[in-house]
Amino acid sequence: MKILHSWLNEFADFGNDVDAIAARITELGLAVESVDRVGTPVKGVVTAKVLRLEKHPDAAKVTRVYVDAGDGVERHVWCGATNMQAGDIVPLATLGTNMPDGRVITQRGILGIDSEGMLCSGTEIGLSSDGSGLLILPPGTALGLDVYEALGVDSDVVFDLDVTRNRPDCTGYLGVARDLAAGMGKKLVLPSVDKSATGQSLTVPVAIAAPERCSRFTVQVMSGISISQSPDWIARRLARAGMRSINNVVDVSNLVNLELNQPNHAYDFDSVKDGFIVRLAREGEQFTTLDVVERTLSASDLLICNAQDKPVGIAGIMGGLESEVTDSTTSIAVEIAYFEPDAVRATSTRLALRTEASLRFERGVDPFGAEFALARFAELLRITCPNLVVHSGATDARTDALPMQVRTTEVRLNTIKRVLGIDVTAKVLEDLVAPIGFSVAKSAHDGVVEVGIPSWRNDCSSEIDIVEEVARHYGYDNLGKIVPTSPVHGRLSDVQRRRRILREVVVSLGASEAMPNPFLAPGDLAKVGLSEDNALKLANPLVAEESVLRTSLVPGMLKSIAYNQSHRIRDISLFEIGHVYPQGTEVLPDEFESLCIMVAGADASVAMDIWSQVSSSLGVGAQLAQDQPPAGYHATRSAQLKRGKTVLGSVGEIDPTVLANAGIVGRVACVEVNLSVVLGEVPKPQSAQVVSKYPSSDFDLAFVVANSVPAATLVKALRQAGGNLLIDLALFDVYRGKGVSEDSRSLAYRLRLQAPDRTLTDVEVSDVRAKCISAAEKLGATLRG
Amino acid sequence: MSSSHSLASEISKAQTDALSAIAGAIDAAGLRSVQAELSGKKSELTVLRSQLGKIQDAEERKTAGQAINACAQAIEAAIGERMSLLLAGERAQQVASEAMDLSEFVTAKRRGSTHIVTQATQRLEDVFIGLGFQVAEGPEVETDFYNFEALNMPKTHPARSEFDTMFIEPASADQEPNSVLLRTHTSPVQIRVMQSWKPPIYAVMPGRVFRRDTPDATHMPVFHQIEGIVVDKGITFAHLAGIIEAFTKAFFGNEFTSRLRPSFFPFTEPSAEFDIRRANGAWIELGGCGMMHPNVLRAGGIDPDEYTGFAFGFGIDRMAKERHNVEDIREMYTNDLRFLRQFS
Repeated sequence: MKILHSWLNEFADFGNDVDAIAARITELGLAVESVDRVGTPVKGVVTAKVLRLEKHPDAAKVTRVYVDAGDGVERHVWCGATNMQAGDIVPLATLGTNMPDGRVITQRGILGIDSEGMLCSGTEIGLSSDGSGLLILPPGTALGLDVYEALGVDSDVVFDLDVTRNRPDCTGYLGVARDLAAGMGKKLVLPSVDKSATGQSLTVPVAIAAPERCSRFTVQVMSGISISQSPDWIARRLARAGMRSINNVVDVSNLVNLELNQPNHAYDFDSVKDGFIVRLAREGEQFTTLDVVERTLSASDLLICNAQDKPVGIAGIMGGLESEVTDSTTSIAVEIAYFEPDAVRATSTRLALRTEASLRFERGVDPFGAEFALARFAELLRITCPNLVVHSGATDARTDALPMQVRTTEVRLNTIKRVLGIDVTAKVLEDLVAPIGFSVAKSAHDGVVEVGIPSWRNDCSSEIDIVEEVARHYGYDNLGKIVPTSPVHGRLSDVQRRRRILREVVVSLGASEAMPNPFLAPGDLAKVGLSEDNALKLANPLVAEESVLRTSLVPGMLKSIAYNQSHRIRDISLFEIGHVYPQGTEVLPDEFESLCIMVAGADASVAMDIWSQVSSSLGVGAQLAQDQPPAGYHATRSAQLKRGKTVLGSVGEIDPTVLANAGIVGRVACVEVNLSVVLGEVPKPQSAQVVSKYPSSDFDLAFVVANSVPAATLVKALRQAGGNLLIDLALFDVYRGKGVSEDSRSLAYRLRLQAPDRTLTDVEVSDVRAKCISAAEKLGATLRG
Repeated sequence: MSSSHSLASEISKAQTDALSAIAGAIDAAGLRSVQAELSGKKSELTVLRSQLGKIQDAEERKTAGQAINACAQAIEAAIGERMSLLLAGERAQQVASEAMDLSEFVTAKRRGSTHIVTQATQRLEDVFIGLGFQVAEGPEVETDFYNFEALNMPKTHPARSEFDTMFIEPASADQEPNSVLLRTHTSPVQIRVMQSWKPPIYAVMPGRVFRRDTPDATHMPVFHQIEGIVVDKGITFAHLAGIIEAFTKAFFGNEFTSRLRPSFFPFTEPSAEFDIRRANGAWIELGGCGMMHPNVLRAGGIDPDEYTGFAFGFGIDRMAKERHNVEDIREMYTNDLRFLRQFS
């Protein structure tokens, strides 16, 4: 909402310290986003008369204009505008003028012909929002004058306010001024009005067929009108508010809207004199709005029609073409109505048609502001129409849905203390909220007051709303700052602490954290061997390529690997910790947190190494189910990580076909872990075991074992055979090749035996050794060498 | 010549011979073989010691024995001295001969990095932990109830349209359209925390949120927020302002200060925007906050006549972006290692 300083000052004496005014407005909750000075004179722009126009055969888009700037010298200027004629008086920026947009006017010419200045539009010199052609000054304006002086333009300041949704009253000057006057301790002065409805009675009948949607419809007839241009000060005011001046009637309508936040519509009286019908549209009904767009309506849209049931406007949004005021209009019917806000918003959203009216109606205008606004309308119109007649017999149709003029709520003074921490008496409360239109009355209960809510504050209905008004006008800064002493022990939960340890471990293994898009394209999951059946779909994706919610981190991570490979980055190692969202049986998906680590150019042994570091740092183990390769993984170089039937994750290499689909060269080692399971499994503190004081004995065993027997199986057998004495078992060599049959390999282990209470005898050591060998042989292994 | 005299001279000779052999050893290995010889069965001293028994005179035998022992000690001492000398020389030679150029070797495995959004999140969590907060988390796919309804935004509330919500397609025909969505803010976690914890509650809730925004230099459809609530008896607006101020100083530095100015959010009342600035600097808008609306407390199962509370929240991505002078927020999500590795 743009608020002009000069206009605001008509409502109270706010003074000229615009920065202080802006700061105060912000403190009241209407954030001032910018403070712009407008109409600051541009030095060097003078009034000049167009002498004659000439076309140049080689420059079709520009005109040669010869002007006289009052010094009797004929100057030649190139001009791109087309709205001027000989005799017009226009602004001439002379050579050397510094324009507001930073340009400096030079002799730069076209086709070798110099230009001795530039003719200006209103926008170029900050005088109006109309940049469509040159600014034409009133005939008879003296030549060679400073153009601002000639127009009597004062500079002004525009405050641009961010009006929040809870301030329906502040899309107009009156609401802003009321709040600011209260906030600055100034007296609010209401605009002057014309209340003399003296003309003969002229009543326009109104039938409201949708009483819930339109609860008030007021029509006032005015005659004695001649359509003309508005005076400059009105045109300039509108321009600075971002509106174009149309004619005196439309301009007054806009002024009243801006000033009193009361949208209104002036119809040509003849087109509506038989009456209005306010009704719902018929499904598919067509209507051409003022902007000459034919709109197709739905049965939930509200129409204003004339007595012949012909639509003249979409209620609360925009009028139609045919009932508009024209140059020949002499009488008008001014409508001020109250429409149900949610429905206006729904129609405005559906039609993608947002107007100055809809903006206000959808927030909720004052249902009881019509009389004052109509009187103000007459007052302003009388400026250009001295013979204006305001007819008695105005229509004021109301329905049961009209809100009460004064709604009330009970406020416990103790609630103000509990929420704001301040003691407020009924008197102080009244002092704070009465200036903004609230009333305070004693209630039957102790410490409770009855607060009356003004009709323009439909955002307020309950006790807490009044507490907020108190806080705003008491001043947030005056409520103090107290750091509460938390009785809670601030700390990370076990899961959060373990997640941080995990991140640190994964980073120390060389991986960098990626955050791929959690949205996938249809088919992305299939490309990595996963089903899309349990993936959620977005109902309103930004683009189709981002319409599927991931059920696995793998697709996003592979895209990241491929991206980095395509940029010739070496040593690609990435990880992600993020949520995945597979559909379950409940309303919400079986969302869980997952870890995925990928290393490009690395094989399954790297994946196993990473898993072993991750597993030991978190103190969680899993069985390596190599006979159940996870989907999307290399079928003979991967395993599911399981505990019983629970799948904790996957480890191994990504399937070559999946890699080829992703455009990735070389192998990719991958580890995935379900963190929602694993992080929650906090290991019990480890009990210390006594370190044996007795010597240990080492021996090595190398076996030739068929490839079909996993090393894990052999290790398990050796551990069982070794019993408690076997304190350490480590694989130190794997050999395939000469001397070992093709379907086998040699696995060499170093074993260490130790007893807690004695030195082991040679007999004991060789006994364990024999048991180990025999256990291995039961798996088909043979002792080597 | 008496036999004792000749024995004495033999001992003396044996010592002289031994000392010269020790002195003649040129390396530790040589000295070790000399040592072995000198203590061997055939060594002069061993032979002399074996002859002691033949001495009849006890006094004479004692004297000879003492002389042999003294000789043996002298030899041992000489070996020890010579050995340390030779070893020192050998180690000095080893050190001189096996020089390594350490700059020939680079660490084989580089350390990775956490994402700057993670780093910012952890820094924020740590500051709030210091202020006595716990950290809570919640699901990213949410119901309409938790994302809107419970936050004082009933079905027709106009503020809903400002959230640019991304909805999940109904899983079945009987599921109401738009009833499941990607959370547009971390506020649903407020409700979940109030429903499962008991006051006093001091909690912050960081997490990923979603808006149907076309990506540009300052917006991503997927981004991160942190949000905090305090619910207890006797909590007032002054406590909200106090926590915001304490956080501002703890996170940005003591030279920063904060202010609250009135604003509007459906889930808080009174509501405020909070701004921060350096002494004499310009105010920078940081986030939103306010006293929790009674309807929100009720939705969390908390009696607003017994308890009061406040809430605050702001974006994390912008913190990371500004801390590291990232020009375009999209750069943070390309997953380009040349970007990621800068922040280890």
